[in-house]
Amino acid sequence: MASQADYKDRQFLAVIGDEDSVTGLLLAGIGHVTAPPDSQKNFLVVDAKTDNATIEAVFEQFTTERKDIGIVLINQHIADRIRHRVDTYTAAFPALLEIPSKDHPYDPEKDSVLRRVRRLFGE
Amino acid sequence: MSGAADREAVFPTRQSLGLMKAKLKGAETGHSLLKRKSEALTKRFREITRRIDEAKRKMGRVMQIASLSLAEVTYAVGGNIGFQIQESARAARFRIRTKQENVSGVLLPTFESYLTEGNNDFAMTGLGKGGQQVQRCRDTYARAVEALVELASLQTAFVILDEVIKVVNRRVNAIEHVIIPRTENTIKYINSELDELDREEFYRLKKVAGKKLRDNAALDAEMKLKREEKAARELAEGQPEVQEDASGPSDLLAAEEDEDVIF
Repeated sequence: MASQADYKDRQFLAVIGDEDSVTGLLLAGIGHVTAPPDSQKNFLVVDAKTDNATIEAVFEQFTTERKDIGIVLINQHIADRIRHRVDTYTAAFPALLEIPSKDHPYDPEKDSVLRRVRRLFGE
Repeated sequence: MSGAADREAVFPTRQSLGLMKAKLKGAETGHSLLKRKSEALTKRFREITRRIDEAKRKMGRVMQIASLSLAEVTYAVGGNIGFQIQESARAARFRIRTKQENVSGVLLPTFESYLTEGNNDFAMTGLGKGGQQVQRCRDTYARAVEALVELASLQTAFVILDEVIKVVNRRVNAIEHVIIPRTENTIKYINSELDELDREEFYRLKKVAGKKLRDNAALDAEMKLKREEKAARELAEGQPEVQEDASGPSDLLAAEEDEDVIF
């Protein structure tokens, strides 16, 4: 069970997405860079050249290492690239949210949480 | 009967029978309480899953509108502003805080978004041209993020509730299918053993009574034999002391003279 200490410090959102999604979300004001010595960004821009290992490393960093992130947003087509990691991620904190991107319309069938919802209701 | 069945290792005494009965009662109370808790949680869970489904669809629409407004910005500014924005992001303006909500003893966290005042990383964005579009785009995205935050709290509640319901159901099933049958078996076993002891005791008493009866009969026969022998002897000798015995009490009043009783 999640304890009090587990989530009271979580106050940021993190994004893994393509350039447009990240730009838009940063415009909304979620971007945060930690203090200079190891300035960690809470967003990652993924394009065709980014390899899966990088995405996985950043995903790992956002979900397990950093304790100040409450919600991780990830573009669905990027989640597809590391689908096994996304599907096996079941922790409550940080919450993992798959969001649609501009070029890839949202497909509810692929969403890991929605699939669990459907499985529970036996559809 | 219950020797082979699953039961607890107890001695079949009345005391442990009482204990087992108390335990069975406790298990039944616990079972009904847990069952009700599970039902309450499941009701909540179904509501949340329905809302998640709705929220996910709504998110799809909102994000579409948001991307459209970003396209407007790109068009108005006349170039991609992505790089500039990524470089100028410093401190988050849009943050979340967590609250707790209590559903049948389960603490469900909910996210709540808030804006910190007075820091604006993008004051320079769109300064040259397209400022209005940038502003509109920011508002649209802020609304989109709010919807996302709401969805995230639903989803967190979903994950936690899922886990809790599994645990509670496991407990309900354990009580229903393991603990209650086992306690009932134990009670049955104790009862049968106690009955067995009762029957043994009864048999023993019967045996004792029979033995006593036989002994008495033997004694009586002996006495009778002795008396008859005696009578035969007396008859042969002529009547000796029997007379004395018979005259004893009748003589009491008509006696000679009482001796004075001195205390």
